[in-house]
Amino acid sequence: MRSKVYSSLDSAVADIRDGARIMFGGFGGAGFPNNLIQALSSKGTKEITAISNNCGTRDGELGLLFKNGQIRHVIAAFPGPHSYYFQDQFAAQKVTLELVPQGILCERMRAAAAGLQGFYTTVGVGTEVAAGKEERVIEGKRCILEMPIHADYAFIKAEKADELGNLTYRLAARNFNPIMAMAATTAIVEVDEIVPVGSIKPEHVVTPAIFVHRVVQAKGVRYAG
Amino acid sequence: MPDKPRLTREQIARRAAFELPDGAYVNLGWGIPNLIADHVPKNIEVYFHSENGILGMGRRARPGEEDFDLVDAMKVPVTLMPGASFFHQADAHLMTRGGHIDVAVLGGFQVSEKGDLANWKIPGAKNPGGIGGAMDIAAGAKRLIVCMEHTTKEGAPKIVRQCTYPLTGLGCVDTIVTDLAVIDVKPEGLVLREIAPGWSIEELRKLTGAPLLALGPVPEMQFV
Repeated sequence: MRSKVYSSLDSAVADIRDGARIMFGGFGGAGFPNNLIQALSSKGTKEITAISNNCGTRDGELGLLFKNGQIRHVIAAFPGPHSYYFQDQFAAQKVTLELVPQGILCERMRAAAAGLQGFYTTVGVGTEVAAGKEERVIEGKRCILEMPIHADYAFIKAEKADELGNLTYRLAARNFNPIMAMAATTAIVEVDEIVPVGSIKPEHVVTPAIFVHRVVQAKGVRYAG
Repeated sequence: MPDKPRLTREQIARRAAFELPDGAYVNLGWGIPNLIADHVPKNIEVYFHSENGILGMGRRARPGEEDFDLVDAMKVPVTLMPGASFFHQADAHLMTRGGHIDVAVLGGFQVSEKGDLANWKIPGAKNPGGIGGAMDIAAGAKRLIVCMEHTTKEGAPKIVRQCTYPLTGLGCVDTIVTDLAVIDVKPEGLVLREIAPGWSIEELRKLTGAPLLALGPVPEMQFV
């Protein structure tokens, strides 16, 4: 068996180059890979395209990377009222934003994961998000074409991983994490606990190991800032 | 305009809660809709859905009870009802978009006479706004109720012929509950169902930017 366990957070992000496209799990303070975000902050990778539901809360979550000026473009559904570093950088035109309806953000990533070259949806028809998108009528409904969102890496927060990379999540900290793990080329997972293979019951696995490439013990940082 | 009492935000939420059928799966948005959970009539049971992946969300957590891995869509720590479940965000929005949610209640900046909704961005604001789950919910809920004040703070109508704010969805609103009225969006236009106590239809029409039809008797809004 080839273990996917990395010995440190720093080693788990060591190869991430400037310009990388990275998905970040988490919603509403739950399920953010804050330890990996700190490691990426230390590494100093720049020109990142970030894909995440929101843009950080003050210094926390993605706030730290915006504060450091590491992110160039962000694809998000809800930047958030307290994403102050993002807001400053956006106003200064140092960061560009693609705003995407939340469920469509999920499905565009899932399309990437599933090898689908996009899909049609009624969501966003007639709104700003439809600008420039192909429109057609399907089953009598106006629809727009949405394209997949790919990424080089996904930063994932899970509760438990076994050494193969099978994952479970805690409560509502699941949110975007399983989708992003499937969508990215390389999924890097920080976990509260690494357990031996076989100790997670197969029917309890939420993210199967095939989607997981690196597992690293979190240091218990709940807040990246 | 007449300086008469209007419903409070809590009273709007209370009135909107009467729209929920027993056994419904319900999604509540930011603002006034979020207050509805506290006003569900005792004789019915509804199941709250949260787009971060919870079905069967219970009341807000009390001090000492909070678990920050268990929050609602407004980041507020909550509890679970017996029979609750977790799922990832794509399935959470599959439920909103795919017509599985019986009733969704959203806040609004503007609603048009055709039921178009604008609720995510203020034109000209420096902040880019945030769509969140609103467009998925607007596109897919079986029934969409909008709760909002009838006019802006400056007194301008929020119910209009055509939205001037950035749109959330076209023709998606079924019912509007405001601090002055309950209005249904019908093929024939906006139909006044109930009016706030002490207000006349003529007074209400002056604060409404689109034609209001009164097809029969218009009873007072109940919110106690």
